Amino acid sequence: MLSIQNIQASIDDNPILKGINLEVKPGEIHAIMGPNGSGKSTLSKIITGHPDYQVTGGDVLLEGESLLELDPYERALKGLFLAFQYPIEIPGVHNAGFLRMAYNAKRKYQGLEEVDPMEFEDIVKKKLKLVEMDEEFLERSVNHGFSGGEKKRNEILQMLVLDPKVAFLDETDSGLDIDALRIVSKAVNAFRKPTNAVVLVTHYQRLLNYIVPDFVHVVVDGRIVKSGDKNLAFELEEKGYDWLVDTVRG
Amino acid sequence: MSQDILQEFTEQEYKYGFTTDIESDVLSKGLNEDVIRSISSFKNEPEFMLEFRLKAFRHWQTLQEPVWPNVSYPPIDFQDIHYYAAPKTKKQLNSMDEVDPELVKTFEKLGIPLSEQKKLANVAVDAIFDSVSVATTYKKKLLEAGVVFCPLSEAVHEYPDLVKKYLGSVVPHTDNFYAALNAAVFSDGSFVYVPKNTISPMELSTYFRINTEESGQFERTLIVCEENSYVSYLEGCTAPKFDTNQLHAAVVELVALDGAEIKYSTVQNWFAGDPKTGKGGIYNFVTKRGKCLGKKSKISWTQIETGSAITWKYPSCILIGDESIGEFYSVALTNHFQQADTGTKMIHIGKNTRSTIVSKGISAGQSHNTYRGLVQMNKSATGANNFTQCDSMLIGDQCSANTFPYIDVRNASSSLGHEATTVKISQDQLFYFQQRGIEMEDAMATIINGFCKDVFKELPTEFAVEATKLLGLKLENSVG
Repeated sequence: MLSIQNIQASIDDNPILKGINLEVKPGEIHAIMGPNGSGKSTLSKIITGHPDYQVTGGDVLLEGESLLELDPYERALKGLFLAFQYPIEIPGVHNAGFLRMAYNAKRKYQGLEEVDPMEFEDIVKKKLKLVEMDEEFLERSVNHGFSGGEKKRNEILQMLVLDPKVAFLDETDSGLDIDALRIVSKAVNAFRKPTNAVVLVTHYQRLLNYIVPDFVHVVVDGRIVKSGDKNLAFELEEKGYDWLVDTVRG
Repeated sequence: MSQDILQEFTEQEYKYGFTTDIESDVLSKGLNEDVIRSISSFKNEPEFMLEFRLKAFRHWQTLQEPVWPNVSYPPIDFQDIHYYAAPKTKKQLNSMDEVDPELVKTFEKLGIPLSEQKKLANVAVDAIFDSVSVATTYKKKLLEAGVVFCPLSEAVHEYPDLVKKYLGSVVPHTDNFYAALNAAVFSDGSFVYVPKNTISPMELSTYFRINTEESGQFERTLIVCEENSYVSYLEGCTAPKFDTNQLHAAVVELVALDGAEIKYSTVQNWFAGDPKTGKGGIYNFVTKRGKCLGKKSKISWTQIETGSAITWKYPSCILIGDESIGEFYSVALTNHFQQADTGTKMIHIGKNTRSTIVSKGISAGQSHNTYRGLVQMNKSATGANNFTQCDSMLIGDQCSANTFPYIDVRNASSSLGHEATTVKISQDQLFYFQQRGIEMEDAMATIINGFCKDVFKELPTEFAVEATKLLGLKLENSVG
């Protein structure tokens, strides 16, 4: 479904990704791990089209269609979602209103009729239960005054409402306590179906106890240096990243 | 690349830039007593009006142009302006269908349908084209309720006593340089009189359209609300795109007696000058003031300023009556090369008077946006209270915002609250919207609406939607 072909990318002329290859098929969960500075967060930003980064080589295809020429909003409408590592605050913009705007943008793109606030309320309330968030979160400004855990859960809420084909979760577990981690994982597992895929970018193995990946890839210095199944994550937990970093840098 | 995206979206196409092809009487340029007499004679004014003008003109001649605002512009040659222009086909109108079709078409294009069939249902409109009013809808219906709504040029004939009593009582010609100039050469504007215990059955509005190049627009509006009455009034304005600057020096006076309330809203969209060169555009130098004469009277100013090359105005309230209330809600947007020095003055004189100021400044492009406010509480204004909220939003990194709040309190029992914030629309916020499938234009509009909503909610419902759209348009990359 998602085909990442030898992607190379830089920021301000500094190369970060030096050739990433990855195939994500429907129904799969992939985990991307790696030491700080390896480029793992950059990958999700590149694919979703963040303007700070320049793609210097390679291609990304979603269901056979190249994404690189498309604007970020088009890539989103085609089914890409990114749960941000640091979700930004947007004071003055109503959380439910924002979410309804995004939902209707997708409906319109699919040739469906837009929903009014009442209809949307029914839709979003069901998803709220899955992230165990109170209705009052809908009335606040987007992420404004939210705790770290609340921001991450708001990201997952958006994912559930927008129902993307491929969801990138960028270090969603960072800053979460055990309870929040459990809630988020439950929601992601409920989101899973044979027609979508999830790419988890994470530093620690802990999240993967709750969301069990089909594949684990380790990124070092902008390249995937090793891939395996969920056991690879345990190995990393035990041995750290050094043994892999050494093999790369010789 | 991120800078490009913001740049793309602060580019705008001013869609009101067309001119109307209509024959007009245009007084030749220049300013002297003969010009004043001509203006007065074209309008067939009674003697007292000519005297009013001449007195103001002679005073103006003794004054120097003020230079203290935080705006810069080349010196204005007051002799190089046409002080009167009127469409030739104007005549005494009994029905909307007698209005020149070119004019009807013009106003319709501007979103102000005037014909009997299409006119706005709940809003009475006085349409002013260059120096004259060309149509006023619902005049009769309003008169049935006792509400007078007509061009000032008509009021000087029909209601001379009211005009004599109130014109110049809030903004005397001695007030400032531009007030003196306006009092000498004012063209037309609206006169509203609401008798006691009357709530105006409709919204009233005046729409100003400049058409003649190198002419000045000097409108004059007077609104008087007697005891316990209420009126909501909206002013809209646009002008064609010309290469030369045009002066718009208006004066608006509001008078509210005991228990009366006047709500005055402005959606200003004068031509702002060429987006690339800054050439042309209107100089919007305006004196607007409301006198809360009566006990428990209330005057609210709500303004959305999006156009003009230069905006220089401080809609103010003089709170004379005890327990009177003054409010100022403003969104001032500057883009490209625009400059704004705007704000308000709340002068507390009566006891337990209250004022509220909410000012939102948005700067983009290479513009300069200044808020200047005065909250003055005289010795007599015991128990007075003011709350001021002054927020600036910067878009891109070449614009500027300044705030000059002046607070002058002369008694020990008043209270004030002041809050100020500065925000920048960040690339990350815009990307967040886009990653959720929302296009850049909609993202900008939503963020800005969120920033302005405290002001938008003060606008009469009919116009709140328009204002939201207008703000979006001003920051949009669209073609006419």
